[in-house]
Amino acid sequence: MSVILSEEQLMLRESAQTFLADQSPVTRMRELRDAVDENGYTPAIWSQMADLGWLGILLAEEHGGSGMGVADLGVVLWECGKVLAPEPLLSTLLLGANAVRLSDNEVLQKDVLPSVAEGDRIVALAFEETGRFAPYAVSTRLEDGSVTGKKLHVLDAHVADQIVVVARAAGSGGDRDGIALYLVDANAKGVSITRHRRVDGRNVAEVEFDGVEVGADRLLGGADLLDRVIDQATIGLAAEMLGTAEEAFERTLQYLKDREQFGARIGTFQALRHRAAEMFSELEFARSIVRDALSAVDEGREDAAACVSAAKAQASKAARLIGAEAIQMHGGIGMTDEEEIGLFFKRLKAAELSLGDATYHQRRFATLQGY
Amino acid sequence: MADLEAFKEEVRAIIAEHLPEELRVGNRPDLPKESLGRWISVMADQGWITPDWPTEYGGGGLDRKHTAALKAELKKVRAPVVSSFGVSMLGPTLLEYGTDEQKQEFLPKISKHTMRWCQGFSEPGSGSDLASLQCRAEKDGDEYVITGQKIWTTGADRADWIFCLVRTDFDAPKHEGISFILFPMHQDGVEVAPLTLIDGSAHFSQVFFDGARAKAEHVVGPLNGGWTVAKRLLQHERSTDGSSDGGIGGAAKESISDFVKREVGMEGGVLADATIRERLAAHEIDKRALSLTMRRAAEEARAGQKGRDIGSLGKFRWANMVKNEQDIAVDAAGSQGLGWDGPGFETAQLERTKKWLITRADSIWGGTNEIQLNVIAKRVLGIPE
Repeated sequence: MSVILSEEQLMLRESAQTFLADQSPVTRMRELRDAVDENGYTPAIWSQMADLGWLGILLAEEHGGSGMGVADLGVVLWECGKVLAPEPLLSTLLLGANAVRLSDNEVLQKDVLPSVAEGDRIVALAFEETGRFAPYAVSTRLEDGSVTGKKLHVLDAHVADQIVVVARAAGSGGDRDGIALYLVDANAKGVSITRHRRVDGRNVAEVEFDGVEVGADRLLGGADLLDRVIDQATIGLAAEMLGTAEEAFERTLQYLKDREQFGARIGTFQALRHRAAEMFSELEFARSIVRDALSAVDEGREDAAACVSAAKAQASKAARLIGAEAIQMHGGIGMTDEEEIGLFFKRLKAAELSLGDATYHQRRFATLQGY
Repeated sequence: MADLEAFKEEVRAIIAEHLPEELRVGNRPDLPKESLGRWISVMADQGWITPDWPTEYGGGGLDRKHTAALKAELKKVRAPVVSSFGVSMLGPTLLEYGTDEQKQEFLPKISKHTMRWCQGFSEPGSGSDLASLQCRAEKDGDEYVITGQKIWTTGADRADWIFCLVRTDFDAPKHEGISFILFPMHQDGVEVAPLTLIDGSAHFSQVFFDGARAKAEHVVGPLNGGWTVAKRLLQHERSTDGSSDGGIGGAAKESISDFVKREVGMEGGVLADATIRERLAAHEIDKRALSLTMRRAAEEARAGQKGRDIGSLGKFRWANMVKNEQDIAVDAAGSQGLGWDGPGFETAQLERTKKWLITRADSIWGGTNEIQLNVIAKRVLGIPE
């Protein structure tokens, strides 16, 4: 149980920083956004991420991975968050392919995971059907071996080779019971994918399943699997968003030191100094609690779910404060699309709301604590 | 130095012989006085009140490992801890800045717990801006004559001596005319008036000096160099802050979540009041993040990982957290959280209410939140002033 980075993680961080500084400036994300690039990410970078071993961090050696932990992947995601890298890391490594990895379906694991590690396969997870996060609100039906329903906010579905769909085999409404996860091919008959643009420039799609046939051999698991996948993705997202928050904070801090008004640097004004200190404290609190939750997940600690919810709640709180203050402290220039701080602001908001905001996770934490 | 295991054996043997069962309950105000007195003299004889001080000053002469082992053994049996301003603050300061004569004169009395001290720093006009203090010390032969007023003096009514900040140069810039001086409390020209706080407690006093006398040889550190000495002493104070939270072996208090559950009730497995529930969860998450951050600060320091000083966040976030907890408690109790005394209110409610009142001070003393934020902005974030 550690809240600090190990020697290996420090090395991993350094190599990630070197690679991203060289290959992935924030301008890359802007260019992809402005061009409405058909992929929305850079396949060449994705291949290099595979070469660096990032895509196989979570995967077992027999599946072409290195068998490391979510905390290790978190180190990489943190750095990617700093440069707003739009590659499908979260959607594939922590959602779609992770549902396969954490399942008991060895046949599908053998088929899917090695090509994920190679960078040859993108796997999305189609689970949400609502605006506010409610993972059990599944009305997509599984009847007579076929899936019918509409999924929203499916990350990177438009470039996915395969999609894990969360369907309801029994029960209704927001029941946790009766949920089943199946792996389907993105080009299977009856699957239609409509790409949407989002404020943060990330790629989401609406995915419609119209009588898509799934065999029993494509079953991955039920609600327990979904919970584990979502918890791991949530803490991974928290790590990424703190990278984004850290960079937004550092840029804002620098701005306070540089910008002059009334003949003084604006950082000399106490109203701003105190707020900068508050931002720093929220960021550092989030860093500690997210690190703890990452190791809780890897160690399979009994209270891992509560740790994850506590961490995402604090990370969301920090992201919200830092995003808002970053724009405010940059003043008018912060409102322009040209200044990069706005890109950070929008990404922070998207991450704050994704996989449950602070309120969602506070409530879940309360439930897990027995009140 | 004795082998660590043998040393622990020795400690355990002394504890077994001298620490009666009735004292093995941690620090409590109602410990039997005679028995406590006997234990304190055993501690003093062993040098255990100040285990890491040199033996020539009545300390235990122990290195870090042995000191830690001793403390661990004492904690295990919930032995009462002897703490005082002398032990935690003045002593370390004298060890660093005192003359040989001062060390000889005062340190043994501190380590034997026979001389009790209070701290004369704050004044009515000098709180956060401590260096603006006005209490004067004027030279008269080989003595100083003290005139002025101090406030927030803990234990002034019981103290034998005071360590005090006084102005000895009236023309110098404010930080450069202050001296750190020691003098007895039991003399003409010293008057102590207890100060009742908003929670009704009276642990603090105001102290008035009108011609009190101090020996010139009892100035600690250079004359007019008291500000540096005081800053160092306050670091000793900060390093003990927070660790006093709850105290070692303090009587087990009901957790905030249990208190809130009882006050607002449960419905269908969740707290009946949705807003209180969310505030409680947010508070518990914050408390977790605080304790993990303090742990991370310690671990990063040990591992030699350099970064911004996150320990600096502790004081103001701790103060906010403690205050927020009592806010939630009182709000959860509603009008039952407004009791002062007497029938109609449960003990737990009255305790929470008093705690709500006294914790208002946590963001004020030991450096106000605003001062903490100033320090973080300047020293940690490096924003030029």
